[in-house]
Amino acid sequence: MITLQFINHSTIQHLPPERKVRKLLETVKEDKIILLEGRLTKQEEAHLIQATMEHINGRFRGIELSVLSSDQKQQGLMKQVQHSLLGLLTGGRHGITIIGPATIVKEIKKDPDKIQLLMVEARAAKRKKKP
Amino acid sequence: MMFHTVNNFINRFFGALFRKKRHIKLGLYGPPNAGKTTLANHICMDWLGEEMGKVSHIPHETREIHVKEQINIKSGGKELSFNLVDTPGIATKIDYEDFVRAGLSAKEAKKRAKEATKGVIDAIKWLDDMDAVIVVLDSTKDPYSQVNLTIIGNLEARKIPVLIVANKVDLKRASIKKIQAAFPQYHLIGISAKEGTNMEKFYESLFKVAK
Repeated sequence: MITLQFINHSTIQHLPPERKVRKLLETVKEDKIILLEGRLTKQEEAHLIQATMEHINGRFRGIELSVLSSDQKQQGLMKQVQHSLLGLLTGGRHGITIIGPATIVKEIKKDPDKIQLLMVEARAAKRKKKP
Repeated sequence: MMFHTVNNFINRFFGALFRKKRHIKLGLYGPPNAGKTTLANHICMDWLGEEMGKVSHIPHETREIHVKEQINIKSGGKELSFNLVDTPGIATKIDYEDFVRAGLSAKEAKKRAKEATKGVIDAIKWLDDMDAVIVVLDSTKDPYSQVNLTIIGNLEARKIPVLIVANKVDLKRASIKKIQAAFPQYHLIGISAKEGTNMEKFYESLFKVAK
């Protein structure tokens, strides 16, 4: 059975980066797929990768991570201004971040307007969870 | 128009940087097996006459930071001097079973996985020390991977100048257009580090940005 856990932006918004990353990793290590409202900063994403590496062992093999958000750099000037204003008004809540354990989520494909989660075959996932 | 304006800005930024500092650190970053060490070897063979590191078809061959000091590139009366930093590939997952499937023993695979995790941590730590970065991407792979976006986003956040290299253009499935579409605001060069394709243009672009 796959568990999806939705995390509201306001739940982690005020946490310092280390605690934010720890909370996300703890959830993923419980074999849950996180749907996070909004996105992490680029520095937090890098910190999440570093922390993930520190936790890798026989049972935990890492994460699959993907962010779905409109990219302001590929748009016109007015759109960029609108995007910046939206970011200020929503406090970085726009977009969605998906984080899943690599033993369950094989790959997250981004198109870039849609996300596809390719899952690890159930038997293989069970075998990988054994240390 | 916008693309050229951004390009000019990047060129000026790179240029100012190369003029100001004598021993700049030029980093090679990217996902595993994109060809960072192959490119590093090509640069070192061309200008120092020796290779920098070992390459392999098994991912995470480079698991430590390697630095080649004082590489001088000369062309048309111009000269560039930099320390080349080859970094381990950045990944979000490392599964020792992948190495077993690639032919390593379980013991070797577990050791490689452990070293690879440390390599990823070190590569990210070293980001702060870079003066300029060449991001090496495999042009046969999906450019929208989160690792690529995180690397380039972090360089941008640190205001580190970036040159994107679309490697492996000699392969059938290569698509420079896809990478250009994913990162339209960056200067991009398509090469094959293995075959030496377009290396002259690659060096020219280094000189152009160093004007």
